Amino acid sequence: MPAELVAQSVVADPFPNGVYRYAVGGLLVGLGAVVIYLGTGIPAGASTFLESTLSYVSDQSRFQQYLGSRDWRVVFTLGIILGAAVYAVFWQRGAWTTDVQPWRLLIGGVFVGIGTRIGKGCTSGHGVCGVGSASKTSIVGVITFLTVAIVTAQLVQAMGVSP
Amino acid sequence: MADRHPLFMPLIFVGGLIFGFGLAFSHMARPEVVLDFLQFTDFGLLFVMFGAAIVSGIAFATMPRLRDRAPLTGRPYGRRLKSFDRNVLIGGAIFGVGWGLSGICPGAAYASLGIGNITILWALAGMFAGAYVQGRWRSHRSASKAAATGAD
Repeated sequence: MPAELVAQSVVADPFPNGVYRYAVGGLLVGLGAVVIYLGTGIPAGASTFLESTLSYVSDQSRFQQYLGSRDWRVVFTLGIILGAAVYAVFWQRGAWTTDVQPWRLLIGGVFVGIGTRIGKGCTSGHGVCGVGSASKTSIVGVITFLTVAIVTAQLVQAMGVSP
Repeated sequence: MADRHPLFMPLIFVGGLIFGFGLAFSHMARPEVVLDFLQFTDFGLLFVMFGAAIVSGIAFATMPRLRDRAPLTGRPYGRRLKSFDRNVLIGGAIFGVGWGLSGICPGAAYASLGIGNITILWALAGMFAGAYVQGRWRSHRSASKAAATGAD
């Protein structure tokens, strides 16, 4: 079909789903972090929850440094899950499940778990609170993981893995 | 802590609610949408990250000038500054491999569970396993370091 060929040859729309959901969602993510910061002075990140929660079940010395913060980190994470559930009930109208294959999620998760903890933060700690603080460490961290993630995702796609 | 302000936990919870709702609303809780960004077919994620960083940036820049300490903790308002060392690059690169492979990062994974994505438990299991492995490794490393310096 000529029309389809033309559509494919034109540079793809950089925002095929518009920008509204992304911009509004991003502002709310920032607002959530700000609410906690205003009241407590804590710049909250999401990945420390992994290590701090492990302190309930493991006596490894590395996890003991989070004894003082592990309870509120559980509350923070429960809030994240319930906030997303509110979206699912009233906007998404039902459960949504991913088609990304379990092995990708599992192995990717292991790398995420190791990497965020060694690298001192994730997309919320470095990406939102760190970049918001104009922290050079966080900006370097974000550039590092963004670049590596793009290369990884492109390689996986080139190898024909989908989804 | 026994002397914690009674509103501390409720505020953390409300902040988490807004944070998680934002992740779901922005569709960052869907690994496919993150992978679309990393594969250059939808650049919307840039709006999420910059939108969030701008909002938090305003708070981080203004609050320390308005008051000294946070009302619920007495903690001084400061920026999120972490020391830079090799770990930021090594850990960032490892995280990048995982993020690029799965399309999932910690906060978005919790939110994904909230939107009913049971399959995400694979990623959460992987994250806890990875965090445990690095915790074990670093516990042993610091223990052997302490032993070495103690012997001097």
